[in-house]
Amino acid sequence: MERLTDIITLVGAETVRAIAGLIGVLIIVVINAILLTWAERKVAGHMQRRIGPKEVGPYGLIQPFADTIKLLGKELLVPKDVAKPLYHLAPILIFIPVLVSFIVIPFDTHLQVKDITMGILVILAFSSLSVFSILIAGWGSQNKYSLIGAVRSVAQNIAYEIPLLLSLLAIVFMTNSFSLKTIVEAQKGTWFVFYQPIAFLIFFIAGVAETNRTPFDLPEAESELVAGFHTEYSGMRFALFFLAEYTNIFIVSAIATTFFLGGYSGPVLPGIIWFFLKTYALVFVILWFRWTFPRVRFDQLLNFSWKILIPLSFINLLVTGGILKL
Amino acid sequence: MHNDGMWIYGWHEVFRRMKVVADIVKGAISLLVGMGVTIKAFLSPTVTVQYPRQTITIPPRFRGHTKLVADPKNPEKTPCIVCGMCVRNCPSHSIKKVEGEKKEGEKTKTVTEYILDFTTCSQCGICVETCPVDALAFSADYNPAGYRREDFHYDLVKEFEKRRTRE
Repeated sequence: MERLTDIITLVGAETVRAIAGLIGVLIIVVINAILLTWAERKVAGHMQRRIGPKEVGPYGLIQPFADTIKLLGKELLVPKDVAKPLYHLAPILIFIPVLVSFIVIPFDTHLQVKDITMGILVILAFSSLSVFSILIAGWGSQNKYSLIGAVRSVAQNIAYEIPLLLSLLAIVFMTNSFSLKTIVEAQKGTWFVFYQPIAFLIFFIAGVAETNRTPFDLPEAESELVAGFHTEYSGMRFALFFLAEYTNIFIVSAIATTFFLGGYSGPVLPGIIWFFLKTYALVFVILWFRWTFPRVRFDQLLNFSWKILIPLSFINLLVTGGILKL
Repeated sequence: MHNDGMWIYGWHEVFRRMKVVADIVKGAISLLVGMGVTIKAFLSPTVTVQYPRQTITIPPRFRGHTKLVADPKNPEKTPCIVCGMCVRNCPSHSIKKVEGEKKEGEKTKTVTEYILDFTTCSQCGICVETCPVDALAFSADYNPAGYRREDFHYDLVKEFEKRRTRE
């Protein structure tokens, strides 16, 4: 114990906190991806009244590990004529914003890597970076499907970033703070979803679109674009894109939980359990969407954002501001 | 009606806008209905059968390959009298050989060999229908598998004996 305090004083508490945070974040990312690959197939199965994975381990729980071993064992193919630096950079780059977003998410009263006063801006700024890596992946792959997927992704992400931001801004109006922890503390009485149902709806729709999930999965529409921007990626490089997608789903659900569903606050059970319960309930809804809704057409996708969601979120913001001023 | 003011719409325009809103509401309701359908399916029991571990009961009218049935009076043997009706009536000449012998103290022949080439059999059932002593029936064998075509040249007598001794 003395040695530990010695080490902490030597390298500084902040460094220790950062390293511990990074390790914790990586653990959450991996466990979440493992859980979601399993859950997605299980939910898909049961929604089609099948069973889903069941052979590897009890209820197929070991299936994600088997998949990981398979992906690790695969040859890393690099297609001819790809833009090499971009092609190699994209799968790594897609991962950085995902990790950064975890820094500000409060899992429990004291369980947060760092409470930044501009917390939500960090998440929004970094999550818009993931578009960049998708564009790089599509551009570098030397494949028309990848390129079309990437271009679609950029158009979609730009369109849906705005309502996402505006819906969160309504909450910032109410709490006068960008810090996620302050926002959670402000919801001790009533969850903001009851004050801001429209903002919640807009945020959730835009969040599903941001993570490229069905019904907004045009960048990777398999019936038209093979696999979209990650068509040319195989093995672990593909796995990184996959990991990033599942982590993004978690982040969107976690932010929705933090902003609208009271975050870690809840009776009886410890905060972290409440946080994960709420988050995974929202994750389930996203999976539920995938196995219910058909994909939208591209013009419908953009029209929906520019003509409905953005005006609606502006009106919501205006009304919120007006009521708060009174 | 002519209008060029931003806030002055003709009635037509008002109706068009109301229709857009109504469409959105209708669409949102239909999304919820769809989610209701999938969650109901999610919560209801699965309908798939885990085949090698579970099997469904084969309906009695299922047509597998033909089999020799036991004589209701004497379950030890089949009622086949080796008349050759099935061989003659088979439209695809799938019944290759029906041999029998006359045993001591019996009025009719007893079948000793009945070769059915299942690779050309179309399960039409003419042999079953024409059999004068109702010695043939369809089996419930739904998953025959083999490595060579000779695996499907069944000797129905041997198959009958195997079935009889197993029971």
